[in-house]
Amino acid sequence: MNLVAVFVENKPGQTARITKVLADAHVNICWVTIAHSGSFGVMKFLVNNPDQAVLSLQEKGLMVSRLEVLAIEAPNQPGSLQAVADCLAQHGINLANCSGFVANHRAILIIETPDLAKARAVLEQQGLRLLTPEEMLSL
Amino acid sequence: MFWDRESETLARPALERFQLGQLQETVRRVAQRVPFYQRKFAELGIKPEDIKSLEDARRLPFTASADLFAAYPDGLLAVAADEPVRLHTSSGTTGKPKAVFFSRNDINNSAELMARSLVMTGVTHKDVLQNMMSYGLFTGGLVMHYGAERVGCLVIPAGPGTSERQLMLMQDFHTTAVHILPSYALYFARFLEQRGVNPRKDLKLRKAFVGAEPHTEETRRRIEEAYGIDVYNSYGLTEMNGPGIGFECEHKAGLHLWEDHFLIEIVDPVSGQPLPEGERGELVLTTLRREAMPLLRYRTHDITSIIPEPCACGRTHRRLNRIVGRADDMLIVRGVNIFPQQIERILMSTPQVGPNYLIVLEGLDDMAIQVELASAGFDGQVEHLSGLRHQLAEKFKTELYVRPKVELVPAGSLPVTEGKAKRVIDRRSL
Repeated sequence: MNLVAVFVENKPGQTARITKVLADAHVNICWVTIAHSGSFGVMKFLVNNPDQAVLSLQEKGLMVSRLEVLAIEAPNQPGSLQAVADCLAQHGINLANCSGFVANHRAILIIETPDLAKARAVLEQQGLRLLTPEEMLSL
Repeated sequence: MFWDRESETLARPALERFQLGQLQETVRRVAQRVPFYQRKFAELGIKPEDIKSLEDARRLPFTASADLFAAYPDGLLAVAADEPVRLHTSSGTTGKPKAVFFSRNDINNSAELMARSLVMTGVTHKDVLQNMMSYGLFTGGLVMHYGAERVGCLVIPAGPGTSERQLMLMQDFHTTAVHILPSYALYFARFLEQRGVNPRKDLKLRKAFVGAEPHTEETRRRIEEAYGIDVYNSYGLTEMNGPGIGFECEHKAGLHLWEDHFLIEIVDPVSGQPLPEGERGELVLTTLRREAMPLLRYRTHDITSIIPEPCACGRTHRRLNRIVGRADDMLIVRGVNIFPQQIERILMSTPQVGPNYLIVLEGLDDMAIQVELASAGFDGQVEHLSGLRHQLAEKFKTELYVRPKVELVPAGSLPVTEGKAKRVIDRRSL
């Protein structure tokens, strides 16, 4: 699954500048996170139309990159996250960034890792379901 | 390839004999005709006859930029006021410029040296040279123009105009060589990328001559890689002829300075004492053939050193190392001397960094360096950006002994100028 990542300067109005570009392009944001590090940061979006989002942002001179992540569906119960983390740890896979939420009683975990292919394989082996972009968008 | 093989390969003893004759002639002429030098000679108690060897040149007075400002508009003329055929000026940071006059022979000589310079990089009459330097009072445009015409190139006097028009000329007239500011060359490469123009396939470009701004080896390499061309460093200053007084040959290993037209000295920038050949110091030049406005021991403020070894190309005119910086450009931050080129070298050897940067001095004595990311330098990972910033800060600390604040900014977000790039903003309240 692909996220759209945008370089953002840590100044008032910068986030609004980016979201306006997406709004004007009729791109719907389904999930967003902002990571800041001093004078700059990165905004990451899951959107309904990533190609349009990248094009519109680039046209406005913004620095954009696509980022591949995994969206994992785990049972909505205690110990689910632990099971995922344990599975990855056992295979020596490091988690770079991770965020999670529960929607309609479904627990969703979005992870970034340098070993994406390996992570995908071991998680599926563990019986966990990886969501397609379409599934994520229709949660 | 040689334009004037005999002059360019003259054996050192003959070249030095020729220099001495020209020096003596120049000293005699200014002693007769230029009140400024008459005064200086009287103060130092020297007469033209005292100059018996090239070493005696060090007894002659220096000429400083301040002397040119004081002589404005025409106080240093050595010919009748109606004799010069061209005027160029060099911008002063404040107030009046320095005015430099050229006789018909002076113009002829500047074109001749430019022709030698171009041919030594392999330029022929078949080349199409797009001159993207500013024409007018600045020497960069006209001096290159005359030199390239002399070689027989088709010269496109484009001037600095818009990137759109530059590209159109390049495509329509099959430009093979450009004369361009290094900062603009980097900017223009990005413009081509945005236009989807691949210079290797879509243009006929083979060579670029870059000058008028001090720049680093790393910048040259970047331009070469961005276009897939050979880039040659050109050195000059308005007070001499402008471009073409020092130029790289096909070996790109230092700037051959045309010693049959200029006498080179390297002096300690503070004491003015001559330094041994090979040591780094301030370049001092004496014109040996100038008619309209000869200058003795002109302090260029450019910091460099002479490369004593002969060049593989066979030219006997010695080479200068790439200019480290103009003494005027040196920054003093927290008591440490810093040349902007030191910063540029670090940035341009870092692939994730783009072509443009800005050094901002502010507060009491703080230095911040705003660094544009390369278009391909963003992979969406904030950790990689933090890592890059940290890595740059460490390199600066090691090289400069000062730890600047490093700010990463998006590609294309820093201001671009059409003239010489403005790399330093000083708003310190010292």
